[in-house]
Amino acid sequence: MRIGIDVGGTNTDAALLGDDDRIIATAKTPTTSDITSGVTSAIRALDPPMESVTAVMIGTTHFLNALIEGARLAPVAAVRLGLPATAALPPMTDWPERQRVAVGGHGYLCHGGREFDGRPLSPLDPEELKRTAADIAARGLTSVAVSSVFSPVAEEDERRAAEILGAELGPGVHFSLSHELGRVGLLARENATIINAALRDLAAAIVESFAKSLAEVSLTAPFFLSQNDGTLMDVDFARAYPVATFASGPTNSMRGAAFLSGLGDCAVVDVGGTTADVGILAGGFPREAAGESEAAGIRTNFRIPDVLSLGIGGGSLVSPDGETGPRSVGFRLTEEALVFGGSTLTATDLAVAAGRADIGDRSRVAHLDPEFTARALDRIAERLAETVDRMRTSAGPLPVVAVGGGSVLVPAALPGFDDVRRPGHFDVANAVGAAIAQVGGEVDRVFQVPEGRRDAVLAEAREEAVGRAESAGARPGTVRIVDVEEVPLAYLPGGATRIRVKAVGDLDLNGISTTHAPAGAGDTHGAASHA
Amino acid sequence: MGSTIRLRTLGFMHVDAGALADFARGCAVLGSGGGGPADVTLPVAGQAIEECGPVPVVDPAALPADALVMPVGLVGSPAVAAERIGGRDEPARLRDRFEALHGAPVAAVMSSEIGGLNGCVAVAWAARLGLGLLDADSMGRAFPRMDQNVLELAGLRPGPAVLADEHGHTVVVDDVDGAHLEQFARAAVVAFGGRAASTDYPLTAGQAARHAVAGSVTRALALGRGEGPAPLLTGKVSSVRRYATEGADGEDATGVLLEGGGPDAGRLVLVEARSEFVAALEDGTPLAVVPDVIALVDVRTGWAVPVEEVRYGLRVHLVTLPSDPAWYTPEGLRLAGPAAFGLAGLAGTTGEHRAAGGSS
Repeated sequence: MRIGIDVGGTNTDAALLGDDDRIIATAKTPTTSDITSGVTSAIRALDPPMESVTAVMIGTTHFLNALIEGARLAPVAAVRLGLPATAALPPMTDWPERQRVAVGGHGYLCHGGREFDGRPLSPLDPEELKRTAADIAARGLTSVAVSSVFSPVAEEDERRAAEILGAELGPGVHFSLSHELGRVGLLARENATIINAALRDLAAAIVESFAKSLAEVSLTAPFFLSQNDGTLMDVDFARAYPVATFASGPTNSMRGAAFLSGLGDCAVVDVGGTTADVGILAGGFPREAAGESEAAGIRTNFRIPDVLSLGIGGGSLVSPDGETGPRSVGFRLTEEALVFGGSTLTATDLAVAAGRADIGDRSRVAHLDPEFTARALDRIAERLAETVDRMRTSAGPLPVVAVGGGSVLVPAALPGFDDVRRPGHFDVANAVGAAIAQVGGEVDRVFQVPEGRRDAVLAEAREEAVGRAESAGARPGTVRIVDVEEVPLAYLPGGATRIRVKAVGDLDLNGISTTHAPAGAGDTHGAASHA
Repeated sequence: MGSTIRLRTLGFMHVDAGALADFARGCAVLGSGGGGPADVTLPVAGQAIEECGPVPVVDPAALPADALVMPVGLVGSPAVAAERIGGRDEPARLRDRFEALHGAPVAAVMSSEIGGLNGCVAVAWAARLGLGLLDADSMGRAFPRMDQNVLELAGLRPGPAVLADEHGHTVVVDDVDGAHLEQFARAAVVAFGGRAASTDYPLTAGQAARHAVAGSVTRALALGRGEGPAPLLTGKVSSVRRYATEGADGEDATGVLLEGGGPDAGRLVLVEARSEFVAALEDGTPLAVVPDVIALVDVRTGWAVPVEEVRYGLRVHLVTLPSDPAWYTPEGLRLAGPAAFGLAGLAGTTGEHRAAGGSS
């Protein structure tokens, strides 16, 4: 059995799945500020036979929220290897003020880095790095982000620099290296690395509190965190790469919707209290947004699902002219909505009045004019349909799967979309999505592709991606390639091509150690590995 | 030439930090889908203005006719420029070498290519050099080759051209025609690691006033503020086909199908691209053909979308603009008209479209 948990801003949802993937129990409890008690009460509500649970998968928006709030971030030394190039724009220059202040704004420009074909841009200067280390030590910084020009092509300089800095700074200082976090595009990759470095102390604390929650309910199974792409990371990886959790929320709910509906290709409408988030599933995985993404106003290059948000949710306010949202009562729905004895007309009240949902006290909305209710609900359906239509990629029929607590607002058919489904357990789709997650491996860098060698180079990249998935804990034999992308770099000789290959496989529980070591001292620099 | 040159600015026209994003957005439109994204050069220009102050925008006619103007831009691969985001000293190196070659001080900077990422490069370097930026450029848009510019059409010499990198390496290319400049510069750019700072087609302020594309900077600012023409169509990208053109040296090409929405429902427009968008056709009839500027502007962000980032489902405005009149002369069309992009069949329509179309 597995437990999937989604720790959201408002609710902590949980689902217990059998080894045959059947859903045995689900639970919804309020998120608590200490995280721990919310998670334990969600697990207790599931009431699982603790000794039969083989793995716990947790999705959390905690790290993204910390960045948005600029709170609980550790100060970071951002060391960039690239002089004399890249001096035109020092690290964190175009960050929003709040986040730059929160991480301290300590940028260092040093020599090093490569050209697109791996040639040195300028040699690494150990003395310069030692001087940098002295300044880092003097400022008391214990988290270091290292970025280097073209490190996705050649990573050695970042590793070497981390060794030199590490030897000077001694134990207790951890390193985030950009080639492990991003792809070509220095600024976005560097930003992701700095954010990661700023979150590492928090990651250790969060992982520890999850471990504590499980220990409190006597769960000894290993636990994993959900990543942006819907795959899992183990606790060592989570401590080292917290930034990889940023977009796990929408990914989990879309993957959960796919699982619950049995559809691999569909649109997913996830309606919460304030927004309806629309995404597209292709082959069971969310379609990813093109280009760069932003996190809290900082551009990064995480792969995130392409999601369009509409300001309509279960708690949205309904105005006298029948328009709904974008203002919402949010988590105060159970106090302010008419059906709960409040005085605010919300979208949920419309659904109850129209007989679509049985929530709260129906008699409290009996006075609503049925014609007004129908018109307002039709308008919601129209706007939802417009949003789904904007996301679709072809004129062919597209099934729509509605999930989330507010999905009672989605009617059985939307204009232009006849096939609308709301599967069982729709209100905990994100927890289900966490529970069914697989293990992935990705290769994304610039390869030299000489003429006639394309197939061989691609095969090499695929093999590497499969190897990475296996070393991250995927069961050999179950790993398949889910995405291949080739982008030739313009105006360059030697067939320089950015190749990205993503492989995914089932979690191999036999290969996983069952100790969740308490977080803290153990510091990992490498990728997740469970030999 | 005197050692001090009086710069008369156009009213209060400056490219300052506030106007910069508008300017970059306008440059993206003028890029016609090419010229590289400004996602790196925009903050680089912002940083240069932050450190060195705003850049006065200068009318070429306001300078002494014999004042020396340095056209500038980056050449090479945008993917390399996204890693090697530039040093601080490249513009000074270019200028020092340029002044040594000409034996005279540079009075102002001009953009070699207003479209795409190079518009912001000119702003950044003008700021770092403490010079004004001419309200003009060499292309009026973006083109893939260095010699595809209106100064070539006017008979100006490409050399001496200077290429430089962050290390201070410089290469001078001289005594070449436009096609040779392209060949020599491309070869040097490989040795430079795929990216170099460049100045080519040196000229005087008088020549700039007569031959360069006039008003490019103010046009980009206006376009970026949304003061452009009404879209020809608003709709969504309903298919993207990437392919190689026929022939031994086939180049990468893209065919984009736009499906009109709202008031444009039922309309279908095919947009053809090489490294830029080169034609927009409705029912086989050209709406716009290179050298017209053709841009797909993302409805959500307001930014023109580069050819390589066009994808299914994107909601866009199709916007077209006439290019500089020099591009519609027989010589202009030969250098950068439909035939130069493998669209010889559309050659005849361009002139007619131009004759019937707007003015610039």
